[in-house]
Amino acid sequence: MSLLHLAILLPLFASLFIPIIRRSLHRIHTGWFVLAVPVSLVLFFSRFVSEVAAGGVRMEKMPWIPSLGIDFTVYVDGLSLLFALLITGIGALVVLYSIYYLDKKESLHTFYVYLLLFMTAMLGVVLSDNMIVLYLFWEMTSISSFLLIGYWYQKERSRYGAQKSMLITVFGGLAMLGGISILSLLADTFSIREVIAASGAFKDEPFYIAALVLILLGAFTKSAQFPFHIWLPDAMEAPTPVSAYLHSATMVKAGLYLVARMSPVFADTPLWFYLVSGVGMITLLYGSVSAVRQTDLKAILAYSTVSQLGLIMSLLGVGSLSSEGQQDLALAATVAAIFHLMNHATFKGSLFMMAGIIDHETGTRDIRKLGGLAQVMPVSLTIALIGTLSMAGVPPFNGFLSKEMFLTALTDLMHGGVRDLRTYGTILLVLGVVASIFTFVYSLMLVKETFFGKRNELPKKAHEAPVGMLVSPLVLVTLVVLVGLFPNALAKPFIIPAVEAVALKTPKVDIYMWHGFNLELALTILIFGLGAFLVLTLRKWNRQAGAGLFNRIYDASLVYGERSSTGLHDAVMTGYMRSYLVYIFGFIVTIVLSTLWLMDGFSLPDRASDVTAYEMILLGVMLISAVAITFARSRLTSIVLLGVVGYSVALFFVLFRAPDLALTQLVIETVSVALFLLVFYHMPDISRKEERIKFKLGNAAISILVGATVTLVALSALAGREFASISSYYIKNVYDLAGGGNMVNVILVDFRGFDTLFEISVLAIAALGIYAMIKFRKTGGNPR
Amino acid sequence: MKHTNDVILETVTSVITFIIFLFAVHLFFAGHYTPGGGFVGGLMTSAALVLVLLAFDLKTLRTILPFDYKWITTLGLLISVLTASGALLFNVPFFTHAYDYFDLPLFGKTSLHTAMLFDLGVYLVVVGVTMTIIQTIGESD
Repeated sequence: MSLLHLAILLPLFASLFIPIIRRSLHRIHTGWFVLAVPVSLVLFFSRFVSEVAAGGVRMEKMPWIPSLGIDFTVYVDGLSLLFALLITGIGALVVLYSIYYLDKKESLHTFYVYLLLFMTAMLGVVLSDNMIVLYLFWEMTSISSFLLIGYWYQKERSRYGAQKSMLITVFGGLAMLGGISILSLLADTFSIREVIAASGAFKDEPFYIAALVLILLGAFTKSAQFPFHIWLPDAMEAPTPVSAYLHSATMVKAGLYLVARMSPVFADTPLWFYLVSGVGMITLLYGSVSAVRQTDLKAILAYSTVSQLGLIMSLLGVGSLSSEGQQDLALAATVAAIFHLMNHATFKGSLFMMAGIIDHETGTRDIRKLGGLAQVMPVSLTIALIGTLSMAGVPPFNGFLSKEMFLTALTDLMHGGVRDLRTYGTILLVLGVVASIFTFVYSLMLVKETFFGKRNELPKKAHEAPVGMLVSPLVLVTLVVLVGLFPNALAKPFIIPAVEAVALKTPKVDIYMWHGFNLELALTILIFGLGAFLVLTLRKWNRQAGAGLFNRIYDASLVYGERSSTGLHDAVMTGYMRSYLVYIFGFIVTIVLSTLWLMDGFSLPDRASDVTAYEMILLGVMLISAVAITFARSRLTSIVLLGVVGYSVALFFVLFRAPDLALTQLVIETVSVALFLLVFYHMPDISRKEERIKFKLGNAAISILVGATVTLVALSALAGREFASISSYYIKNVYDLAGGGNMVNVILVDFRGFDTLFEISVLAIAALGIYAMIKFRKTGGNPR
Repeated sequence: MKHTNDVILETVTSVITFIIFLFAVHLFFAGHYTPGGGFVGGLMTSAALVLVLLAFDLKTLRTILPFDYKWITTLGLLISVLTASGALLFNVPFFTHAYDYFDLPLFGKTSLHTAMLFDLGVYLVVVGVTMTIIQTIGESD
């Protein structure tokens, strides 16, 4: 257990004390105590920056289940460190923001416990080297996110959103576990480091592609990629600090982290490139188009998050081309991905916080009701303006730089001669440009509809937010501006080590605003021009969205799943004993007959004893009475005929020289016939009516089949008897060892007395059962 | 159960019952060498008791044999288990029986066998079980 392990688990341990703090120090907002955790973690992780920038990595191992090769291994390289700093840094800002956002009357202890749980989970995901431990923390993020989305569990929408995100992310998580299992079997290790090292050896294994697809499924569901993006907009029912933290800056980037982390394993495979870049691009376009159609501030931001995650994903996809001789292009794309990942975390976090402020101060998030807030909320306006302009990709903010790098990567892909990627690259570029136009549109729409235009009646009288609430978004937008102005300051400490971890090569990072006159500039101008035109004519073409196709599919599939399983259940589980008997007998017949057939198991016995006349006669009697039972009109007849069969069996015992059996069978048969008569005597009149058993073809068929099956099996068993019976031992030793003459009895009480002991126990239980059933009925537990 | 005037049945029963009972005891003791044993012996004994039950009634049977048959079942199980576990005292596996020949007064040379004790348990359980069932069902209605 090293300091690094402790750092990951610190939020978890801290969360244990939250309820106590909340109870004993209820005058002070619990958030102030929580704030210490992420702040100290930021300081802790900053210590690694210089070490990692110098190319160093840190690895700490703690055995957990060594016999299975599962160790809690923490590995710090550029990528992990970048994520860890994002998680703790934005975590600190979000906690600070939540102190002013959440009232002291809310159940703060649950909120902060969930939040700290999430922080541990997220740190664990990005810092784990062991895939099983990574999966563990991965599911922990799903669970804590579920808890946070359902924070206001009284609201139906919250519960719906929480359930939806749970179902989708856990679906992906399980798929990922499958992928992990395959990978670990292929590479014979759970360590990501060792899998990467061994990855060349198993590229041709048949299950390699399955592992790739399954792991991507996990990454896509977590990062809200198309078509699994539907949970993210519904997760907006969470408190805004949660949306800002989980659903813009951290958890949704876990999928990106996974793709980046696994890139060295899968990057050589074309399928990986096509899936990651293609799905990312579709998500980018779909998210940006959907965002324009929303009316709720957080819904716009949610779709915008979806779209930006798609952008980063597609860049990671292009970045995986590094082994195809296109190193410069691929490395540039990876740099762009990492850079935009950081940028997105800053501006999206600030935008969510701004949306929360507007909600908090005006009482609504609907852009149709909002408007003209520019005068009353100037600081929020500034924050929103910087955030959205950065998101839209307007200079001089950081979003412009990463958008420019995105376009460069796509144009290079179009020009570069990798495989036959010209057409594919062109398609990607066109999609990317269209998506960028829509990004521009919704970004400006957000500001325009909220802060400009007419003032409407609002649920609350709008005024500027308290200073404490503004601190966090201000810090974030300051970063937006600073990074925009001095992007290269980030290169050495963060971007280069992170890209090295993803692409295993050192990139050249030199980010600057002015690239000269080229295609990218033309495209940017096109984006701004068309975007501005569309924003101005927004009212004419934009219609508000309904539920959306994929939400309808999701809802319908849930309903269909429930209904069809209910239907299946109702059809199969009839509640009638007879149908279950049909299933059981049908199953037995199918299994046994098909086994006999497939294994060629049937054979006739070649030796048989002679049949005597007595046996023939007795058999005739039994057959006649057995057949007569099924055709008997009266139940009394059936009972008596059953007695006939029983006594005939006793006679068979006599014929086959089993006097003990014959004696017992006679007495037992008498008793059971008497009991049958008793039951018959007490039957209600209605069911004593004399009627024949109704003929049902299915029943007849099954009973004949069962009879035939048992006969076939018995014949085959007789034929296949290969070993001599053990009975000679008993015959030899019954007198010497057991001191008895009746071999049956000696076996019962001596050789195998154990069975008898429990058989008499069965008898005793049966008697007590009958006693209890009769004496304790209707009396409420008191014996009569 | 209404009491009717069945003189012949009652008289015959009071004679026959003892014969059946004797036969049952014979079956029980003969079990180790000839057909019979605790199970059939027990069933026969209950047959004798059922005959009493049929000829007279439940109350009569109770006055003649004032047993709670559930306790008889318990006693039988106890005897069986103790017989089986008695072997443990002599450091041999559970359920090991022992027998030897003794010169008893009146019987002469006789073999005594712990299996007989076990069979006695079986016998008591069977009597207890059958009588519990029959009495319980008879008393209900």
